[in-house]
Amino acid sequence: MKKRMTGLTPLRKWLVLIFTFAIVQLLIQLNIINDYLQATIATIFINIILAVSLNLITGFTGQFSLGHAGFMSIGAYVCGLTLLRIPTIGGFLAGLLTGAVLAAIVGFLVGLPTLRLRGDYLAIATLGMSEIIRIVFINLEITNGAAGLSGIPRFTNWAFLYIFAVGTILLISNFLKSTHGRACISIREDEIAAEAMGINTTKYKVTAFTIGAFCAGIAGALYASYFYYLNPNTFGFLKSIDVLVIVVLGGMGSLSGSVLAAILLAIISTILQDFSDLRMVIYAFLLIIIMIFRPQGLMGSKEITFKVFRNLGGLLSARKGGK
Amino acid sequence: MLEIKNLNVHFGVIHALKGISLTVVDGEIVTLIGANGAGKTTTLRTISGLEKPTSGEILLDGKDLIHTSAQERVKLGISHAPEGRRVFPTMTVLENLELGAYLRRDKESIANDIKMVYEHFPILYDRKKQAAGTLSGGEQQMLAIGRALMSRPKILFLDEPSMGLAPLLVQEIFRIIKEINKAGTTILLVEQNASMALQIAHRAYVLETGSIVLSGAGSDLLQSDDIRKAYLGG
Repeated sequence: MKKRMTGLTPLRKWLVLIFTFAIVQLLIQLNIINDYLQATIATIFINIILAVSLNLITGFTGQFSLGHAGFMSIGAYVCGLTLLRIPTIGGFLAGLLTGAVLAAIVGFLVGLPTLRLRGDYLAIATLGMSEIIRIVFINLEITNGAAGLSGIPRFTNWAFLYIFAVGTILLISNFLKSTHGRACISIREDEIAAEAMGINTTKYKVTAFTIGAFCAGIAGALYASYFYYLNPNTFGFLKSIDVLVIVVLGGMGSLSGSVLAAILLAIISTILQDFSDLRMVIYAFLLIIIMIFRPQGLMGSKEITFKVFRNLGGLLSARKGGK
Repeated sequence: MLEIKNLNVHFGVIHALKGISLTVVDGEIVTLIGANGAGKTTTLRTISGLEKPTSGEILLDGKDLIHTSAQERVKLGISHAPEGRRVFPTMTVLENLELGAYLRRDKESIANDIKMVYEHFPILYDRKKQAAGTLSGGEQQMLAIGRALMSRPKILFLDEPSMGLAPLLVQEIFRIIKEINKAGTTILLVEQNASMALQIAHRAYVLETGSIVLSGAGSDLLQSDDIRKAYLGG
């Protein structure tokens, strides 16, 4: 099973990753990808980080969380505030890391008591947590309340977006392949059986939650330093729902599904820009249609792996050989 | 090997187990029989650490387990095949077995034990790459038992292994339970199918609304008039 999954050698995997990066970088340099497209790409990659990390919590570990926007906002505000004081690349990276760590700490502290709850109760508890964070940001002086923070210098660029998105995916997919990841999946599959196998279910739920919160913090920091401006209401309940929609649409338990769905939804909403009045109606309608015909999400729990590239390569060389 | 003394469990105001005492000796099959709601499953769940008792002692080889976690109890040699099979449905048969050995790190002996499980249940070998949720009820029960064996338990808890299975399959499962016991695993079996359980058990306890009302050798209870009337249908 494992051997079949490894389609390419590690070296080739890295080459594919670097190649993809270089092509987009080149297109940006040549101005073929304009500012508007760049903003769309930023949104896509931030959403990928959010969706992949929420998928770890909800899709793989089976803990229904509606609090992802809360963790994201912690990363965003910490990085934003740092950048307003230290507007350098060092400040950006320091802010990003501090924000992610703080989000993880909050995730840990919130997860410890709430992850004992199940299903809908957990969803409501995490929703409440995220609202508390938002209201704290509205009422704090340092975050400039409801007016938000503006003039945050931009350091988020294609390179950072790409590195952090790929890093998040690698972190989470490697975690899932480890014994710990297996333990998380077994909790989703059957919590009582997992416990009977000697798996410390609370520990793994909290671990998944903390890793997820950490990555959401990174996404928030990237957001803060790309869009110049932060407002607590950006990180409301609807933001969490947006991320959940990506996860469900892509497939609970499929990382590549989350990536695919993040891209697809961005494309759909870009195309729909031209129909501004009906935009949200069509968007919602499309979601309903997709969910009726593919309730398990685009990918179900399957993954697209690097095997695709090998098969593609095999197909091409077979054609050349005239077969 | 296992000694339970005066175990009490409460669910809110309900007194589910009322001072139960029982012992299981090395190498035995001991069965707990009784009607629905008598507290059989609760007894198993409490001993394996999934339920907290209000008072009492749980001794495994003389060591008190009351304050140990479910994880530690698995490590110490208690393994539990829970009621209703509860296999991990989207994982393959092999992955289920591997998770049964979750607390072990010795890869070689895990591989050996997987072979041992396949010997007990050849059908699982044929199905090893199939998702466990697609197995039949009987196969899932076999997988649940096999998975529980993967932690190399000193004592194996089986909760209603005959539940929902066809009579022929029930016989097959009980034959294998006996086989596992002969291979050296002590078994504590909870069953509603009292006649089958009493046939293979060395000793038995009869549970009624949270108390043990009768105990004795399996064959003796099988002959007893009270038991016949109450649990064996005649």
